[in-house]
Amino acid sequence: MNIFDKMMSLDRRWVFLFLAVVCVITYIVDFQIPIRVENEVKTIHEFIDTLKPDEIVFIAIDYDPNALAELHPMCYAVMEHCFRKNLKVIITALSQNGPGMAEQAIFDIADSVKMDREYNGVHYKGREIRNGIDYAFLGYKPYFQLVILGMGQNFRLPFPTDYYGTPLDSLPMMQGVQNYDQVSCVIAIEAGNIADAWIAYGQGRFYFPLALGLTGVMGADYYPYLNSGQVFGLMAGLYGAAQYEELADNPGLAKDGMRIQVYAHLVIIFFILIGNVGYFVSWYEKKRQGR
Amino acid sequence: MDFGTFLWTTFGAFLTLATFSFLYKDNPFYKIAEHLVVGVSAGYFVIILWHNALVPLLFQRLSDGDWYFLWLNSSKPWYWIPAILGAMMWTRFSRNYAWISRWPIGLYIGIAAGLAVPLEMANRVNKQLYASMDGVINWGNFLGQDFLDVTSGYSQVIIFAGAIAGLFYFFFSKAHTGVFGSVAKFGIWILMIGFGASFGYTVMGRISLFINRIQELGLWGEAAFDASNPNHSGWFPAVFWLIMAGITAYVAVELVRFARQKA
Repeated sequence: MNIFDKMMSLDRRWVFLFLAVVCVITYIVDFQIPIRVENEVKTIHEFIDTLKPDEIVFIAIDYDPNALAELHPMCYAVMEHCFRKNLKVIITALSQNGPGMAEQAIFDIADSVKMDREYNGVHYKGREIRNGIDYAFLGYKPYFQLVILGMGQNFRLPFPTDYYGTPLDSLPMMQGVQNYDQVSCVIAIEAGNIADAWIAYGQGRFYFPLALGLTGVMGADYYPYLNSGQVFGLMAGLYGAAQYEELADNPGLAKDGMRIQVYAHLVIIFFILIGNVGYFVSWYEKKRQGR
Repeated sequence: MDFGTFLWTTFGAFLTLATFSFLYKDNPFYKIAEHLVVGVSAGYFVIILWHNALVPLLFQRLSDGDWYFLWLNSSKPWYWIPAILGAMMWTRFSRNYAWISRWPIGLYIGIAAGLAVPLEMANRVNKQLYASMDGVINWGNFLGQDFLDVTSGYSQVIIFAGAIAGLFYFFFSKAHTGVFGSVAKFGIWILMIGFGASFGYTVMGRISLFINRIQELGLWGEAAFDASNPNHSGWFPAVFWLIMAGITAYVAVELVRFARQKA
């Protein structure tokens, strides 16, 4: 077996080990890489940034813990931006294992917003985020298509109470809020086909401005909806989250992870090249020998 | 962070490492993690469904907020209909009465299809068709636009030509020869570029999961030695080193086994 045959039959565990070592080293060594912001992320940030205080943003946290790594940073960045701008937020979690994570995000952001901070040169005074006044967490209901359609008529149809059992009419921020007509936009952070339902059953039926936050795997499939104007913005994967963090001047886990991401990609490209060089040289050798 | 929280975080770190150990080979630690995640997910889902769906949407509406056995005097007795339909689904478990479950399933599929067909057609077919063609015939899109901008006329031409060529590739009633074959070949190139973009995003997604685990393990390691934590005690690093000793022992055992196999 020559070197090129060995390149093709390299034990995959060496690839895993090499990748892990590179990722750990780049995690330990602290340095920044520039984040290039794309238009599709900028439009989301600009939309939220130009809303007036007390306007309502609907954030759909529709993912399970297996997508937490990519979507939680996105959710944190968008939600903190909303609360810092004194916007009201309605939150749902239409993925069955999502409510716990949504609650974790709300509590973490509430802690963060308590502190004075400066973002993009603007000083934001810390304040307390209160359930029912600054946000309403509606929780989970099954059959997301019907829930999305039902909320278009009245939030109280699928959600007679919020996640904590309080009737929606008892929540101060829900007074006079009937359906999507009172909501400025829907930011749907998605890890599955609930994104399709938001496009077809939500935006397509009730015509509200919709932006998507997606896992990397889904990213390429949803660009056609950006082109058709059905969504006004799109954040895909950890890179999308890092772009939003960059725009909001609120660096978090996504921006921190991008330097590891870059070197991990270089490692993968390196192994792809090794495999391909091995394949083509072996193929050429066999052809030359007339086999 | 108190010691109880640290222990749970340590358990999370252990499960992370146990799951990654599968990359080397299948082992009991991986099995523990695998079974635990399946069991916890199922248990969590059942409780969530009970408290977020069955209780508020059915039981409370039937009981008007009273005890469940007072359903008979409910002011909304029509909620019995979905309750009975739901109960009919359980007949799936009986060989003799499974046919009863076809009624609620039929009703559900009928409603779902009725809702889905017009909305899916309008939003995922018609609007996409319109968007594919609109940009090409709108000359304004070509003026003063960045070539790489997804909404520019140049991109629209590629989208339109790519869509048509892709359709040519999947038309198998005619041999892929001559001009037809060339267009089909362009179509497969476009498809491959699309798959390549998806692959790139997929790699990013998978690496992101790994990065998150590294970040979490890093935070766990920091918490073990964080002297600024008012609840910090000698138990924190002790637990950390215990886990590390366990991993080292496992790796050592595997190395010895590997060496013996080689010998």
